[in-house]
Amino acid sequence: MTEAAKEKAFRVHLMVCAGTGCVSNHSFEIKEALEKEIKKLGLDNEVLVVTTGCNGFCERGPLLVVQPGNIFYQQLTVKDVPHLVEEHLLKGRPVKKLMYTPPKEKTPIPVLSDIDFFRKQVLIALRNRGLIDPEKIDEYIARDGYVAMGKALTQMTPEKIIAEITISGLRGRGGAGFPTGLKWQMVRNAVSANGGAKYLICNGDEGDPGAFMDRSILEADPHSVIEGMLIGAKAVGATQGFVYVRNEYPLAIKRMTIALEQARAYGLLGQDILGTGFDFDIKIVRGAGAFVCGEETALIASVEGRLGEPRTRPPYPAQSGLWGQPTGINNVETWANVPSIIARGAKWYASIGTPTSKGTKVFSLVGKINNTGLVEVPMGITLREIIYDIGGGIPGGKAFKAVQTGGPSGGCIPKEQLDLPIDYESLTQAGSMMGSGGMVVMDEDTCMVDVARYFLSFTQDESCGKCTPCREGTKAMLDILTRITEGKGTEEDLSLLQDMALAVKDSALCGLGKTAPNPVLTTMRYFLNEYETHIRDKKCPAHVCRQLNVYTIDEERCLNKGKGCDLCRRNCASDAIQGAKNEAHRIDQSKCIKCGVCFDVCNFGAVKVD
Amino acid sequence: MPKLTLEELAKIREKTKRLTTIREGGEYRAKVCVHMGTCGIAAGARSIMNALMKELEERALGDVLLTNSGCAGLCSREPMATVEVAGQAPVKYVDLTEKKIKEIFEKHVLGGRIVTEYALGIGSEKTDF
Repeated sequence: MTEAAKEKAFRVHLMVCAGTGCVSNHSFEIKEALEKEIKKLGLDNEVLVVTTGCNGFCERGPLLVVQPGNIFYQQLTVKDVPHLVEEHLLKGRPVKKLMYTPPKEKTPIPVLSDIDFFRKQVLIALRNRGLIDPEKIDEYIARDGYVAMGKALTQMTPEKIIAEITISGLRGRGGAGFPTGLKWQMVRNAVSANGGAKYLICNGDEGDPGAFMDRSILEADPHSVIEGMLIGAKAVGATQGFVYVRNEYPLAIKRMTIALEQARAYGLLGQDILGTGFDFDIKIVRGAGAFVCGEETALIASVEGRLGEPRTRPPYPAQSGLWGQPTGINNVETWANVPSIIARGAKWYASIGTPTSKGTKVFSLVGKINNTGLVEVPMGITLREIIYDIGGGIPGGKAFKAVQTGGPSGGCIPKEQLDLPIDYESLTQAGSMMGSGGMVVMDEDTCMVDVARYFLSFTQDESCGKCTPCREGTKAMLDILTRITEGKGTEEDLSLLQDMALAVKDSALCGLGKTAPNPVLTTMRYFLNEYETHIRDKKCPAHVCRQLNVYTIDEERCLNKGKGCDLCRRNCASDAIQGAKNEAHRIDQSKCIKCGVCFDVCNFGAVKVD
Repeated sequence: MPKLTLEELAKIREKTKRLTTIREGGEYRAKVCVHMGTCGIAAGARSIMNALMKELEERALGDVLLTNSGCAGLCSREPMATVEVAGQAPVKYVDLTEKKIKEIFEKHVLGGRIVTEYALGIGSEKTDF
């Protein structure tokens, strides 16, 4: 873009979501179509198309917000574009049929801020969401970007910055919730070896299935992370920072790379920043996507080029981290919170949230939920508010069963605890954890034993194998769970499983192993009856564990309703179904491999599962 | 590029803010809406819109909203525009020309004085949208 074009004012800005979710739904094609159509109608002097980071309402992508007016369009296709541009931009008539209509309602809601999904959210880490093009540093600056850094560098001592962060009550958003101010103080106090440097790391190794908070922040607002790290660098006395991102996040890497280049070009990174004599720079380190590298000591090993394996702590990274030097390591979301705290003050931040958990938390809301997406809510909000008010409840009129918080090592919280306020302590008490902020909603069709088995198979697969409890313990637990889901479980398995879970929790080396048993322990705590039914009755109440299912055909229904359509027999892979066309069919249980295909293909509801 | 100072950073902020304010739904000095139904466009609403765009750019204003709408129902008096200065009732102007809208922009949008000779009336029909 030329300098002149940069200066140009437009009367309408079309904010096209270009987060990974919308991009995979072809939002870049929509952007091109918009530009083409705008040009065709001669509106290219009036209307600007802007690509933003993730808007959050991923369920409804691709998304477009028209400013001014905050008009929210959703589930767009390239085909919708000519009509949209002509109606809304040429004739000034917003297009109702492309707007969002909540489930069970009939009237569309035109304005973004009137939609429940957005209304209850409080944005701090995601403060620039949908408002800036993440590839343009000037737009970040226009949203008061780098003001906090300017304040920290010119008006604040390191002690004052640390005091501010400490008073704000900010705790690590990566999951463990360690007080950030205290961590920074430890790095500041630590003496570096041989007069060497101190380091900062941004942990963007987001590995939880279904979690995309950190990716979205890196994609949507990379400068907020850079600014947070600059403030942290002044506080602890670091001169070099690293952003560790998984290579599976190409868009995050691309946008972070651009952001670093632009910040460097403005002299906001490098030497003598803002003429204050302060030096700091940041490098990107790409991870290969090993879950264990989210653990800080394993991540540090990976940055150093060694095998990503954790080590015992102490010494903590704050004392001896990267290359043996004091290292401050915080999660993406933690860094993104820092500029707002410095700019608006610790008291403001501490006024949001609960006595022990301050500020907001970003969650990725996924699973059996109407409004899948990324939400930022104040600490202390209840699970019910997140799932029903923001998330819009469970699709298809199904009943809520449980919500899994904290990723694969979190726990499953049942419906009796829906009014649990979200903070670090409450979640831990319920047997789960805050984790990095994954929230997987499950409905009545979910088998809790199978869920425990699934998450354990993930952690078992990702276990680095260094310590015995995690390597052997998770494997043995997985074997027991698999046995139970196959109908081969015994009464003794339950106590054995419980004992092993507690032993692994106590003795594993790092966070991965210490938390891996959580899904097992919480499902046993809240859904023990499901385990018992699997073991005693050899039944899976949700019919998920197929080995326990018995498929039969209601012969009367097959003949009367389906006229013996023969579809099941033709689809059966093991020749277990007997019968010819116009005859009632039946299943030979000795041949049935319980694949469930007959159940899925029957159009007449004649195949029953029990 | 030379390294920025705090003052230069503030300049970039102010300059870009002016161009991006319309995204934020904050406080506006005034809203100008050009009626652009088929009748309005045929009567020359496009040139009214262009003239307004030019005013905005030349004066480097970030707090005047320029929008369009469909036919206002009074097709014989097009081109039309509605000017709404913050905190005041909207005013509909009719039979516009580039010269007239320029005058309205200066006097009403910037100066807050209604140009009665071009005005149809004060107020607007009710809508529920």
